Amino acid sequence: MSDFNQESEIPKRLSRRNMLMTVGIALNAVAGILFAVPLVGYVLGPAKRKEMKKELAWVTLGPLAQFPEGETRLATYRNPFVRPWDGDTGNIPCWVRRISADTLQVFAINCTHLGCPVRWFPQSGLFMCPCHGGAYYADGARASGPPPRGLFTYDFKIEKGELWIKAGQVPTLASPPSQACAGQPKRCSCA
Amino acid sequence: MRLTKDLGGWFDQRLQLGKSLKETLEHRVPRSTASWAYVFGSGSLTVMMMQFATGICLAFVYVPSADQAWTSLQVLNHQQSFGWFIRALHGWGSNFMVALVLMHMVQVFLFGAYKFPRELTWIVGVCLLLMTLGMAFTGQVLRFDQDAYWGLGIGASVMGRMPFIGTALVHSMLGGPIIAGETLSRFFAIHVFIIPGALIAFVGLHLLMVLKLGVNEWPMPGRIVRRETYLKEYHDLTQKDGVPFMPDAFRKDFLFSGLIILALVAFAAFFGPFGPKGQPDPTVVQAVPKPDYFFLWMYAALALLPPQMETPLLIIGPVVVIGFLIVLPLISGTGEKSWRRRPVAVLSVLLIIIALAAFTQLGTYAPWSPVMDAWSSAPIPPKLLEGRTALERQGSLVLQEKQCRNCHALGGEGGLRGPALDTVATRLTGDELIRQVLQGRGNMPAYGNNLSPAETTALVAFLNTLHPSDQRPAHDASLLAH
Repeated sequence: MSDFNQESEIPKRLSRRNMLMTVGIALNAVAGILFAVPLVGYVLGPAKRKEMKKELAWVTLGPLAQFPEGETRLATYRNPFVRPWDGDTGNIPCWVRRISADTLQVFAINCTHLGCPVRWFPQSGLFMCPCHGGAYYADGARASGPPPRGLFTYDFKIEKGELWIKAGQVPTLASPPSQACAGQPKRCSCA
Repeated sequence: MRLTKDLGGWFDQRLQLGKSLKETLEHRVPRSTASWAYVFGSGSLTVMMMQFATGICLAFVYVPSADQAWTSLQVLNHQQSFGWFIRALHGWGSNFMVALVLMHMVQVFLFGAYKFPRELTWIVGVCLLLMTLGMAFTGQVLRFDQDAYWGLGIGASVMGRMPFIGTALVHSMLGGPIIAGETLSRFFAIHVFIIPGALIAFVGLHLLMVLKLGVNEWPMPGRIVRRETYLKEYHDLTQKDGVPFMPDAFRKDFLFSGLIILALVAFAAFFGPFGPKGQPDPTVVQAVPKPDYFFLWMYAALALLPPQMETPLLIIGPVVVIGFLIVLPLISGTGEKSWRRRPVAVLSVLLIIIALAAFTQLGTYAPWSPVMDAWSSAPIPPKLLEGRTALERQGSLVLQEKQCRNCHALGGEGGLRGPALDTVATRLTGDELIRQVLQGRGNMPAYGNNLSPAETTALVAFLNTLHPSDQRPAHDASLLAH
């Protein structure tokens, strides 16, 4: 009796149809993974850590002479990483505050609250944000309103009379362009 | 007539759809559901179809490329025949759709329609609401102008507050390190393929469940939903006091849809298309970005929340709200359906409506934002300068030149961020004014570094004159009265 049972079970498990189904499942699983992985990688490509590190580079803001001592002026640069169809969106503004010959601050245009463009008012010595009323002092320190910190600053260097900043990605609280705090003007050692 | 019938017969013999279609259309629904309160769902569906039609039309001309999108919108507005009208229909359509979906949701909630056995219908509906809002936001981005650009910046800043994965989120949302070409392409794909595809699938599911489970009957106080008895009670109701959906219940849906289409056409023709505003050029920093109407409440909330609560609320808030909406039918799937016996439900709806309306209203004039050009465009009312000394007049110039007006109104003109200064001298003494101006307090920045002693003296001399003629200025009570 038991022998008979075993005989009837074995062919059931190993029948050609079952075998085909099992192979089919395995084959489609492999195919599915091979198909899906590149798709996910493609869509999430811009978020890969390796890419992000790459996306900071030195760009010039032009001759240092453009920025008179004691003044804060708007400068623009072409983002170092652009596509041919980026158009105007590849041009990024920033505020350059030249305190003395070699003491400068370069502020990102984006309010630290929610990224709106801050505007400099030389008369009152304030940066004001048009969105939610954030205000910053001339040195970028938070003056009032909802911003959680002072303005973002860029790392900079002066080479052959030109001002260079390290830029390339939109500044947010998660990735400020420089670790340096606003409110602490940096002296540039490289003359 | 005979030909139509023959032709219909020929197709039906092959399609075999006629019988089930007739059964579906004529399925019995409770008589009470043939009501004007039940028209918002079908109204949303009508507007969605119109959005598909106008959206496809726009895609014939619109160029989803960062350097050409704005120009193609101009062509649509000014050169393409009826381009402006299609854009207006699509833009107003999105407003209509958000409004109708919300009305539908409120009606369904108040009528207890999310309760057994329609829990999943509600959950799918919540997904449809999120998709509708997703379409509204991505659509606003495709109108690639200054508002769209800085709106994306706000999106990126919100994402950037997420711990650990902030940067990765920002970069996958933007399709790169900055707001540029790939950002627009990404939002185009989401707005045109991903969400509409999901919308079609979920609307299908939503309607299928409405058909299978029946339209929720008009709730009566005291008629309690019980899992054991509801299905039978509902079936009996449709038999005893039911009407065929077509035409009895359909009539009002049909008429309402017609009204909605007419209203939409009228709005589009009368008010025209939305924007585009200025070119999406970030170097034009004179932008004053503002979201579309249905996101104004969020814009207001972000200005008014205490700063230390923002990050937690931005990250946890949506999870809690969406989570609650999804869990709602699972925790309250039975019991009383009628709003007459559900005071908490009614009060919650009222509270949410009032809060959203108040925030939206505030968002329309944004009292928290400085008026960036008030200092150079809003003159001091001449009345305030009559009979003043030279020093006081000099002070009024300081007030104007130091951009005080950007936050403080005089004679009804200027920012609303700080208090109006028309009667400031009745509130603060000269010494208090000096302290407030130099050191700042509360929301006011300190001007100590930007005012010379002479400027401060002049400014405070002018501020001291700002009191009604029949009211004395504030004085220090500790000093001898004179």
